[in-house]
Amino acid sequence: MAEINWLPAGENAVLLEVSALATAHQVWAALRQADLPGVLDVVIGARTVLVVAEPGFDVDSVREVAARAGPGPDIAARTVEIPVTYEGADLADVATRTGLSTVDIVRMHSAVEYVVAFLGFAPGFAYLTGLDRALQLPRRDIPRTRVPAGSVAVAGEYAAVYPSPSPGGWHLLGRTSVRLFDPDEGALLGPGDRVRFVPQ
Amino acid sequence: MMEVVRPGALTTVQDAGRFGLAHLGVASAGPADWLGHALANRLAGNPETTAALEITLHGPTLRCHDAAALAVVGAPATVDGAPVRDAFAVRRGQTVQIGQCVGARAYLAVAGGFAAEMVLGSMSTDTMGGLGPAPLTAGHTLLADPCLGVPRRLDPAALPDRGGVVRVVPGPRADWFTAASRRAFYAKPYTALPDSDRTGVRLTGAKLVRSRAGELPTEGMVTGAIQVPPSGDPIVLLAGHGPTGGYPVIGVVIRADLPVLGQLLPGQGVRFVPVTVEAARAAYVDLRAAMGRAILRQALHPRFS
Repeated sequence: MAEINWLPAGENAVLLEVSALATAHQVWAALRQADLPGVLDVVIGARTVLVVAEPGFDVDSVREVAARAGPGPDIAARTVEIPVTYEGADLADVATRTGLSTVDIVRMHSAVEYVVAFLGFAPGFAYLTGLDRALQLPRRDIPRTRVPAGSVAVAGEYAAVYPSPSPGGWHLLGRTSVRLFDPDEGALLGPGDRVRFVPQ
Repeated sequence: MMEVVRPGALTTVQDAGRFGLAHLGVASAGPADWLGHALANRLAGNPETTAALEITLHGPTLRCHDAAALAVVGAPATVDGAPVRDAFAVRRGQTVQIGQCVGARAYLAVAGGFAAEMVLGSMSTDTMGGLGPAPLTAGHTLLADPCLGVPRRLDPAALPDRGGVVRVVPGPRADWFTAASRRAFYAKPYTALPDSDRTGVRLTGAKLVRSRAGELPTEGMVTGAIQVPPSGDPIVLLAGHGPTGGYPVIGVVIRADLPVLGQLLPGQGVRFVPVTVEAARAAYVDLRAAMGRAILRQALHPRFS
């Protein structure tokens, strides 16, 4: 049974804090699967699961489900391959900052199987964990006012693909033609999914 | 069908919101002032979740190509220059003009509801994520299901006047702030800043100082969350906010008082008071009861009797 810290988030939501992302995934998956009546959204964070409910919702049902959460095949994790053309605007800059060659950067970025930690920032924007430590850099000092859709980028401990054009401070390594978000279909990636970047 | 002659400052379509997809980065959107939105719909005889127009600061001018029954809350309105209020009827060819909002926002509902393309289960405009119908522009056509209205009046005296006092359930991250800052937050007034929008009301007042170093790992955010960035100036998240954030939340505005934030104009002040979850729930039940009393169904017009 997962150790959970219960924090109030207003009268219609509760924030469940755990010690590790893997536990958050288990609790999130159990709550998604339980599909409790009155629950509007179950939002996963880096160490938390936020349960947002309609007014009058009884939070005790969340306690029961969360207490039962554990390792298991709850998350229907898929593995998604994303083809990347490594010609990003910041590739040379990342080489300078890390002391790596661009060939090494491409190799290291595409060698890992990433896990979707959580989504946020924009529809379909997935924060991917597993980034090689050597590629972990703080965000750019001056964010770009417009990063094109399909930009493959890194910042801090995360890798990501921009689903839509937006402002952004991440380092751009390449781009993909894969659509990460579609207003009709929804998001390509969900929490717990695995991602591989395939150099083109 | 209605044609947009002038769009107003920022006019969007909002239904109850886009729920169930926050874990995919999709914001809920929905009305910034749920109470004004619900009252406009109830005046028009609609379920509260029906798509209506959210008007910011000053309203649009619409030419009606069909007869319709409309309702407005939060701004003066005219039909072909003659003042109307609450629920009113328009004939084919008439022009409806919505004026300056009393607060920050007003709502215009049409009996039967505005019809926009459904995107991921909602007609709401998500101004940040770019989902749903685009904000109104001149020449834009609004589709509405023509439907008969029932004359209704709004009795504002039946609704509570919060007098700028907003109730807050402390947490989830109140322990990130010094005891002195937590006291100051509930003791001193805050003033709304001009760069507030549908994503949040930016406030200035007593700066809130953190009691710990480091950054908060990204976590889910509720509407009404009072986020505190490193500047120490709080931001109250409104319905247009993104589903996750990285700043600690000192407290969450209760649902019954969220409309106060949705209507706050730059330069206006609020004062926060802490309440329990139980008190917050009771306040919502009380407000629902007041809403029931505030909608007056009028005797039918002699012409219809």
